[in-house]
Amino acid sequence: MPVRSGNSSVFVDPVMVAQRASSFTRRSIKQKAKIEGLRLAVSMVDLTTLEGKDSPGKVRALCRKAVRPDPGLEGIPSVAAVCVYPAMVTVAHEALSGSGVRVASVATGFPAGQTSLESRLDEVRSAVGDGAEEIDMVISRGALLTGDASRVTDEVRQVKSVCGSAHLKVILETGELETLDRIAEASRLAIAGGADFIKTSTGKVAPAATMEAGLVMLEAIRDHFLKTGKVVGMKPAGGIRTAKEALHWLVMVKETLGNEWLTPERFRFGASSLLDDILRQLHKQASGNYAASYDVPEA
Amino acid sequence: MCPRLKAVSNSNTELGDSWEYEPAPEGTRPEISDSYGLFIDGEFVEPSSGKMMKTVSPSTEEVLSEVGVADAEDVDRAVSAARTASAKWRRIAPRERAKYLFRIARRIQEKARELAVLESMDGGKPIKESRDIDVPEAAKHFFYHGGWADKLDYAFPGRQAKPVGVAAQIIPWNFPLLMAAWKIAPALACGNTVILKPAETTPLTALALAEILQEVDLPPGVVNILTGAGKTGASLASHPGLNKLAFTGSTEVGKKLAENLAGTDVRLTLELGGKSPNIIFEDASIDQAIEGIVAGIWFNQGHVCCAGSRLFVQEGVVDEVLEKLDLRMQSLRIGDPLDKNTDVGAINSRAQLRRIRGYLTQGKKEGAELHRVRGPKLPDKGFWMRPCYLTGVQPAHVVAREEIFGPVLSVMTFRTPEEALRRANNTPYGLAAGVWSDKGSRIFDVASKLKAGVVWCNTYNRFDASSPFGGFKESGFGREGGRQGLRAYLNLV
Repeated sequence: MPVRSGNSSVFVDPVMVAQRASSFTRRSIKQKAKIEGLRLAVSMVDLTTLEGKDSPGKVRALCRKAVRPDPGLEGIPSVAAVCVYPAMVTVAHEALSGSGVRVASVATGFPAGQTSLESRLDEVRSAVGDGAEEIDMVISRGALLTGDASRVTDEVRQVKSVCGSAHLKVILETGELETLDRIAEASRLAIAGGADFIKTSTGKVAPAATMEAGLVMLEAIRDHFLKTGKVVGMKPAGGIRTAKEALHWLVMVKETLGNEWLTPERFRFGASSLLDDILRQLHKQASGNYAASYDVPEA
Repeated sequence: MCPRLKAVSNSNTELGDSWEYEPAPEGTRPEISDSYGLFIDGEFVEPSSGKMMKTVSPSTEEVLSEVGVADAEDVDRAVSAARTASAKWRRIAPRERAKYLFRIARRIQEKARELAVLESMDGGKPIKESRDIDVPEAAKHFFYHGGWADKLDYAFPGRQAKPVGVAAQIIPWNFPLLMAAWKIAPALACGNTVILKPAETTPLTALALAEILQEVDLPPGVVNILTGAGKTGASLASHPGLNKLAFTGSTEVGKKLAENLAGTDVRLTLELGGKSPNIIFEDASIDQAIEGIVAGIWFNQGHVCCAGSRLFVQEGVVDEVLEKLDLRMQSLRIGDPLDKNTDVGAINSRAQLRRIRGYLTQGKKEGAELHRVRGPKLPDKGFWMRPCYLTGVQPAHVVAREEIFGPVLSVMTFRTPEEALRRANNTPYGLAAGVWSDKGSRIFDVASKLKAGVVWCNTYNRFDASSPFGGFKESGFGREGGRQGLRAYLNLV
C-alpha cells in the first residue's frame, strides 16, 4: 500500500483522472494550431524499431527517414531520435552522425528486464560505448509489485551511474503496473533514482500509453518540479498511432506542465507508425486532399 | 502558464514555446426571430399589453431578439388553456403520452447543435457545456420520464397515481433549457398540463422548445410558455386556477411564494439557493480533488445552485491544495462562449455581475485575500469576471454565508472531521455537499452526517435524470428527477 510521504499526493482516484484526461481530447485544435502542433510532434518522435528481424538495412532506412521525414513537404523538422536495440546502435550512430538526430537504445534486458543487474549494467555500458546518446531502461516491475520499492530506485540509480553523458529514460511499463496508484509510485521512484525522462511502456505490453497513465506521470513530474525545481521529461510510447492522438497528448502536456515542456528536450513520442499519420495529415493541410499511404516515403 | 513552472525554463523551445490554440468558434448559427410572442394554447400570440422586452447576449451585449411580457390577463389565458387541455391530456392512454415525450426528446437531439449555440448566445455559458451537458441532459430528462408515463402505478406500489392537474413552473436563468426539461418532463409524464415561465434574461431556448412542441404536435394548451420578468412570475404564482407550483430560484422569492400559498391546497415544491460545502480531507487524492473543486465552483461561471462555493481543506494539506488549485485555475480559458475551447464564459447579466462584485468588495473589506485568474485581457463588451478564490475567509464572513452565484470560491480550513462537519452544516442552506477522501470508512461516516440533499463523494456536480435532486432547510423541499421526483406531480389514492 502506498503511503503518504511529506505533502505529496500518493492516492490517485481513477474516476476523476479519466474525466480530466478525456477533457484534453475535446479541445479543438484547428488550422495554424494544428499544423504547428503536428510539426512540433514530428520533432518529438523517437522513431523506433524494436523487432527480432531488425537488420542494418532496416535501421539505415529508418535513420534516413528520421533525418528527413518527408522530402515532399516543406518545413518538416527531423525527428528527435532513432530508438533501436543495442546491437543496432553502431549502425544508427554511423547513419545519423552530424544530423542532429540522436541515437537512443533500449537496454537492461528490454523488455522484461529479467536478467542479472550486472549484465544489465554491462549492456548499458556497451550501448553507450557504441554511441548511444540516450538509454531507455526498464524497471523491475516484479520488485515493485512485491513491495520492494527501494530496489527500483536503487537500480535506476546504478544504471544512471553508468550512462555517462547519455540521457536516461526509465520505462515503467504501466500496463503491467495496472493501477494508477502504482504508476504514480513508480514515477516517483524513477525520478528519485535520477531519471531524465520517465516513459510509459515498452510497446510490448497492452495497454501501453493511455492518457490516464500519462496524466498521472505528468503530475508526478510537476510535483517533483514544484518541490525541487528540477526538470524531468516525459515519453509516452506504444499505442499512439494517429496525429489526432498526438495532439491530445500535446494538449495534456500544455495544460498540465505548460508550454515549457513542449520541446523535444522534455517530451517525446515513442512510436513507429505515428510519424506517417502525422505526415499524411500535414499533406492534407498543405494540399486539401488526403494523401495515399504511398505518398509518404517508407522507412 | 505558471510562473513557477516558467522560471527555470532554459531549453530551446523555438517550436513549442508559443503553441497556442487558434480561435475555434462554433460555426452553426441558429435562426432567431426578431420577436417572439407568448406560447399559449399551441400558438405564439401577442401579449395582451403589447409590451415586449429585449434579450441580450451577455458576452457581446448585442440584442438577440425581443420577447413578449406576459401580464395578469395573459396568465389567465394560459391557465385556462392549460385547464381545458388537462381534461383530455390526463385521460389519454399513458403510452400515448409517453410517445409525445420520446418525440420531444428525439427532436431535442436532432436540433442539439442549434439549441446549444442558442443557449450559449443567450446565457453566456461556454459551448462545450451547453453542447455536452445542458442539451443532452435535457433530452435525457424527456426520455427518462417518457419511460415512466405508463408505469406510474408501479412507482408507488399499492397506490393509484393520478395527475395533480395544472402546474405553474418558474425556472431560473442558469440552465434555461435543462431546467425547462426538468420541470416539463415529469409534469407531462404524470398527465399534468403546464404553464412555464422562463427567466427574464434567458427566454430563447424555452421558446425554441415551444417550437419543438409544435413540431411534435403536442396537443394545444398542454404546455404554455409565458415570458416576462418578476411581475409575470408573481401573477402566475398567485393565480387561483393552479393545482401545483414548482419554483427554482432564490430563497428570498421562494419564501414569499410559500407564504402566499400557505393555507391553500396548491401543491408547492421549491428548489432554492445553496452555499454547499466541498470538504477535502488530508487522505484525499489531491490532484483529483482539485478537479472536483474546479467542477464545483467554476462550472457554468459558478451560476449553479449546488455550486461547491465553500471549500474546507484539512490544515495538513492546505498549502498543497492551494498551490495546485492556483496552477489549475490559471489554465482556465475565459472568453467567447461560442469558442469550443472556452472553459469559463460570460456572467449572465449586468445585474448579476454587479452583485458578485459587491460580494468581492465586501469579502476584501472583511479581510479576505482575493486570488484570480491573471490570463489575457477580457473583451471590452459583455459581462465578465475572472474566476477567483478567497483565502483568509472566516466562517462568520458574509462571503462564507451568503450565496454569491458567481465564480467565487471561499476557502476555509478545518483540523478534524468533527470540525469539518460542524462547519459544513453551519449554514441555513442544505442543497449539496462534496466529500474527498480515499478512505472508504471516512466517506460513509461524513456523508451520512452532512445535512444536504445531494452528497457527492470524490466527484462533484454530477447529475442524472434518474437521481433525485433537492434540498434541506432553506434550500427548499421536494425532489426533481428519479422516482421521487414524480411524487410532486401525482396525487396518490
